[in-house]
Amino acid sequence: MEAFYDWFRVLYETTGINLPFLYDSYDRDRMFFGFFMTIKLSLVCLFFSIIIGIIGAWLQNSPFKWTRRFMNGYIQLFRNTPPLVQLYFFYFAISSLLPTVSNGYGGQQPILGGFAWAAISLSFFAGAFNVEIFRSGIEAVPESTIEAAEALGFSRLTIYTHITMPLAIRVALPALNNNLVNLVKTTTLAYAIAVPEMLYEANQIWSDNVNVTEMMFFLLLVYFGLVGVLVWGMNSWERKLKLPGFGA
Amino acid sequence: MVWTDTDPMVSIKDLHKSFGALEVLKGVSMDIMKGEVICIIGPSGSGKSTLIRCVNALNNFQSGSILVEGQEVNDPDLDKLELRKKVGMVFQQYNLFPHKTAIENIMMAPLLVLKDKKEDVEKLARGLIKKVRLEGKEDSYPGELSGGQQQRVAIARSLAMNPDVMLFDEVTAALDPETVNEVLQTIRDLAEDGMTCILVTHEMGFAREVADHIYFTDRGVIVEHGPPATFFDAAKDPRTIEFLGQIL
Repeated sequence: MEAFYDWFRVLYETTGINLPFLYDSYDRDRMFFGFFMTIKLSLVCLFFSIIIGIIGAWLQNSPFKWTRRFMNGYIQLFRNTPPLVQLYFFYFAISSLLPTVSNGYGGQQPILGGFAWAAISLSFFAGAFNVEIFRSGIEAVPESTIEAAEALGFSRLTIYTHITMPLAIRVALPALNNNLVNLVKTTTLAYAIAVPEMLYEANQIWSDNVNVTEMMFFLLLVYFGLVGVLVWGMNSWERKLKLPGFGA
Repeated sequence: MVWTDTDPMVSIKDLHKSFGALEVLKGVSMDIMKGEVICIIGPSGSGKSTLIRCVNALNNFQSGSILVEGQEVNDPDLDKLELRKKVGMVFQQYNLFPHKTAIENIMMAPLLVLKDKKEDVEKLARGLIKKVRLEGKEDSYPGELSGGQQQRVAIARSLAMNPDVMLFDEVTAALDPETVNEVLQTIRDLAEDGMTCILVTHEMGFAREVADHIYFTDRGVIVEHGPPATFFDAAKDPRTIEFLGQIL
């Protein structure tokens, strides 16, 4: 392993191509930290945005007028504003309205840190789109299929979990796939509120080493690979769920 | 008054049903005894399908009464699950669950609604597959089966709930002429086994052969009814004669 690291040191010395996160253990740790922070933030946001999507699609069909209006208001608000503005709104506006807690050194700090606000903000952002995506899936399930289940004595909940959802997901998957790819890319915005994710850590490294060009190449490739893994996973899920004679 | 099986299995009295301002059933009455096979025929839009959809509470109705084994369907406190355990239904468009194989389609309701043991349900389902002559198709998805095969799975799926009455809503109307017979044969077997059947059909030859009683509906009323021999050969009402003249 040392020989591998040294090779990049030699590469720098001989060609000037500077990749310090490969030969310098301090920069390497920063890069790994940022990489895993990006993955952590992505997974948390993927999870909660899907939960918001499923619950939201259910609430959109609520018999209560105000529940439906509230859901539509939420979707309009988060779809029609830039995600960076939303992030700032949560981090600077909402956070400052909440009480603070002692930081253990005699000072006060906000209840929630940058990571939590990024997770909340981005989950709501992607969640708003997921609600619409799931809703389109649910609407594509034929009423006659639901009726057949009713005629067999299925309860409303059993129909939702065993018939509507499994079929709706299959219809919604291509659009969901797109939105989740966008979400992973949008996690870079957390940089703006100093969440130490990959772009932030890369910035730290290029500030110290003045190797902006190399870092940009590297970032582009890593995100390409990261999103590629997600797309591959979603596509194989899509293939696995594919049914003969159903959908496109 | 306790219902016994010498009383009508299904007793419909003065049934009125409207969709908005449009009255589709204008006072329909009929009694169906245990083991009887009755066929309802008539022109499109005469309310045939609506009538049988009222029997298992897929449609509500404004006035009149339907008793299924003595239980009033129009009772606001009706336990729909109990009703639908007694009344099976097969639809024109089969309405199988596209994400489940043939045998899973059959097993779903006994597992999820009746909460029967899996081994028992599987044994029952294999028996039903045999009964509808689909051995070898257990693991096919609905999209891999022909219309006639799908409809036979739908019949088996309904029989898996061990109903006392079966409703058939134009079950051969969407089929190719050559597959109609395989479905009719399945219904014929059921009738011979003593299943109480209410069929809405356009298959006059079949109605004449299997039915104990024929009802002719037009514009929301029963115009004429009687045993097949009298009905087909000695119809009295001019509307019946005109209808039979057009299709025979």
